[in-house]
Amino acid sequence: MDNSRTIPNTAQDPDNTLNNSTGSAVSKLPSTSIKQRLMSWEFFLLLITAAVCVANSFASPYFLDPWNLSDATFNFVEKAIVALPLALLIICREIDLSVASIIALASVAMGYAAQWGADNTTLLIIGISVGICCGLFNGLLVTHFAIPSIVITIGTMSLFRGLSYILLGDQVLKDYPAGFDYFGQGYVYWVFSVEFTLFLALAVVFYLLLHHTNFGRRTYAIGKNPTGAFYSGINVKRHRLLLFILVGAFAGLAAVLLTSRLGSTRPTIALGWELSIITMVVLGGVNIMGGSGSIHGVFIAVFLMGFVTFGLGLLNVPGIVMSIIVGAMLIAVIACPVLLARYLQRPR
Amino acid sequence: MTQSTPFFSLRGICKSFPGVKALDDVQLDLYPGEVTALIGENGAGKSTLVKTVTGIYQPESGQLMLEGEPLILSSPDKAREHGITAIHQETVLFDELSVTENIFAGHYLRKGFFSTLDWPTMHKRAQQILESIDAPLSANTLLKHLSIGQRHMVAIARALSFDARVVILDEPTAALSHHETQELYAIVNKLKQAGCAILFISHKFDEIFSIADRFTVFRDGKYIDSGVISEVDESQLVKMMVGRSVDQIYPKVTVALGEEVLKAENLSHPTEFDDISFSLKRGEILGFYGLVGAGRTELMQGLFGVNELMTGRVSIEGQTVSIKSPAQAIAQGIVYVPEERQAQGAILDLPIYQNIGLPQLSKVNTNGWLSNYAEYQMADKFAHRLSVKAPNWLEKVENLSGGNQQKVVIAKWLATLPKVLILDEPTKGIDIGSKAAVHAFMSELVEQGLSVIMVSSELPEVMGMADRIIVMHEGLNVCQLNRDEFTAERIVSAATNGRQESA
Repeated sequence: MDNSRTIPNTAQDPDNTLNNSTGSAVSKLPSTSIKQRLMSWEFFLLLITAAVCVANSFASPYFLDPWNLSDATFNFVEKAIVALPLALLIICREIDLSVASIIALASVAMGYAAQWGADNTTLLIIGISVGICCGLFNGLLVTHFAIPSIVITIGTMSLFRGLSYILLGDQVLKDYPAGFDYFGQGYVYWVFSVEFTLFLALAVVFYLLLHHTNFGRRTYAIGKNPTGAFYSGINVKRHRLLLFILVGAFAGLAAVLLTSRLGSTRPTIALGWELSIITMVVLGGVNIMGGSGSIHGVFIAVFLMGFVTFGLGLLNVPGIVMSIIVGAMLIAVIACPVLLARYLQRPR
Repeated sequence: MTQSTPFFSLRGICKSFPGVKALDDVQLDLYPGEVTALIGENGAGKSTLVKTVTGIYQPESGQLMLEGEPLILSSPDKAREHGITAIHQETVLFDELSVTENIFAGHYLRKGFFSTLDWPTMHKRAQQILESIDAPLSANTLLKHLSIGQRHMVAIARALSFDARVVILDEPTAALSHHETQELYAIVNKLKQAGCAILFISHKFDEIFSIADRFTVFRDGKYIDSGVISEVDESQLVKMMVGRSVDQIYPKVTVALGEEVLKAENLSHPTEFDDISFSLKRGEILGFYGLVGAGRTELMQGLFGVNELMTGRVSIEGQTVSIKSPAQAIAQGIVYVPEERQAQGAILDLPIYQNIGLPQLSKVNTNGWLSNYAEYQMADKFAHRLSVKAPNWLEKVENLSGGNQQKVVIAKWLATLPKVLILDEPTKGIDIGSKAAVHAFMSELVEQGLSVIMVSSELPEVMGMADRIIVMHEGLNVCQLNRDEFTAERIVSAATNGRQESA
């Protein structure tokens, strides 16, 4: 199967016809044609997202209300903030299943620190630092002992979550200082919440990081062929370690936002989030086997998932049914291009 | 010696792969109760022949005949049905299963109405076969508890369980000790007595002379000669193996050698090579010749920082350097074009220009931001220099031919402006045209003051291009020859016997 998930195009691109004479290669960088851009996975996602929006606005008169939309973003931006670095990690042929447990552990640490009188800045630093430590732990185990990350992070998923239970028992920590709610409940301007604004800014940062820096290029190279990348002088282990730390740091940041929004910490906080986060990444066109995917794809997928859940919520669809619909959507959206490709390539 | 009619014979077999004609109109005869040795250099087409005979490959033309009857082997199963079995260098068996299960895997004996597996009979039969070849093994042992030699016995027992009539032994002694080799000979003799026709593939002349009755020589996928082993001697066989047609001319230029660029002292590895020292001058092409498995690739990977277990001292331009990773090697000016082009050399799914830019992203884009334009310009310069054939450099490397892929890998390294270029089997599996281009380019590079280390299993290539040749055998440096001392016989006998003979 094709690695990059583009919509199949049987008609050969006229710009791309093979002209095998030597020296025909032009020395200036050829640009991607508009046709190629329109045939991309990201454009396909955008169409579906638009369709969902239209359907939602017909189904419920409340959908297009700016404040309703703003409220809806709270349900997914924390996950989306973790999905951004996780996309890079998955492109690099690794995965981190422990992200939700890192959120829990970081939240517990913040809860206790708040009890002991830490101020808001300290809480923010503690949340992110715990995330970084967990990411470092995952990354060192994976890179140093060369054990598959899926195995390591299934282990640390239980480990970090278990630690949270041991530290907290059946308590609830909610002695957060005044003003701590700003991270998760505050607004920057009009309907733009702190969380949502932060997500938009981070999406831009990650877009630039993956698509416009040396770091991003190396991420793709490793994901497409780790051995080849190593033989090309890339420090594969260090690169992957950095990505694990990055994912940990952003899980820590998500913990700050979530804890601030809920105003309390329980050991069950963010339970099961790792799957929603990975769903966002995969729906965004990131190949689960690594090597391809884009930040704009993940960005659109975040909104697609958000709008679908929000629309179903407005229609009073129960949570269980909602998860069935999201699951079916994931399979359908990913199967679509594959089936289409097979249909188009069928001998006629 | 009985002069019977051939039991199994091949006529006019051709088989090609993209860019290579692996078998070109070859023939082979096997006689019942006799061992025929198949002799040829690496790449002479021996393995392809084995795969053709055992039904893994289908020849494009030619005929196989068993007892005078034409035969078509459409699958490995078909070959097995006709009693043709091969025992490979690395036997493919199941570690976690017992000897009996290994022997009968795929053709279990069954019994009764429900055709259930008949283990008691299979055990008994397995034990009988093992006894018939004097293998001191219990059929109940798990395979993982056996030595390599014993595994070979199981593989042979498996072959016999098919009522094999044609047995192919593909370098069976490569991993065996002297004692185990003797045991193997005994088994081969038993197979002979049982009337099997045996094809014995080996690089080792002492083995060939002690066990074979006949020989057939292949060279470059072509049939050269065959006959009775007692009527030839080693030097005649070597001549047949390496004899060259005169039309192969290498674009060798004589370059005045400069000062010493690379000096390697006492390079050793726990298992792969031992105490290798050599030096390399500016403008020199140093060839490493040896059989597959002689430790050449491992040595080069050590120089490139991939092989962490290597010990010894490496100096570049008089400075001792420590190279623990490819990144450090590149920084010191040592670059490596690997034999495994698709796995190690290039990232197939990336465009040409990104492959070329990859090792020095931080040099092209000093501030960390990608400049596709700068990268494309740099790639353009070097891709043009190697005349890579592609519509433009946005083309993914996987869409190129093997030869052009290789050119991209070389372009990638030249762009780093290296001091020492290591080429590991640079022309393996690429077409003649690209081969010539790579050779011509090597000459051009040394003229410009680069030093080249070339690992090759193709004798004419090493003899044609190198200024000096180091012959390796089982991880040791057997001899070092200067260009005026090159003779095919000397090089081949050093590589096969591991000893240097006087010219």
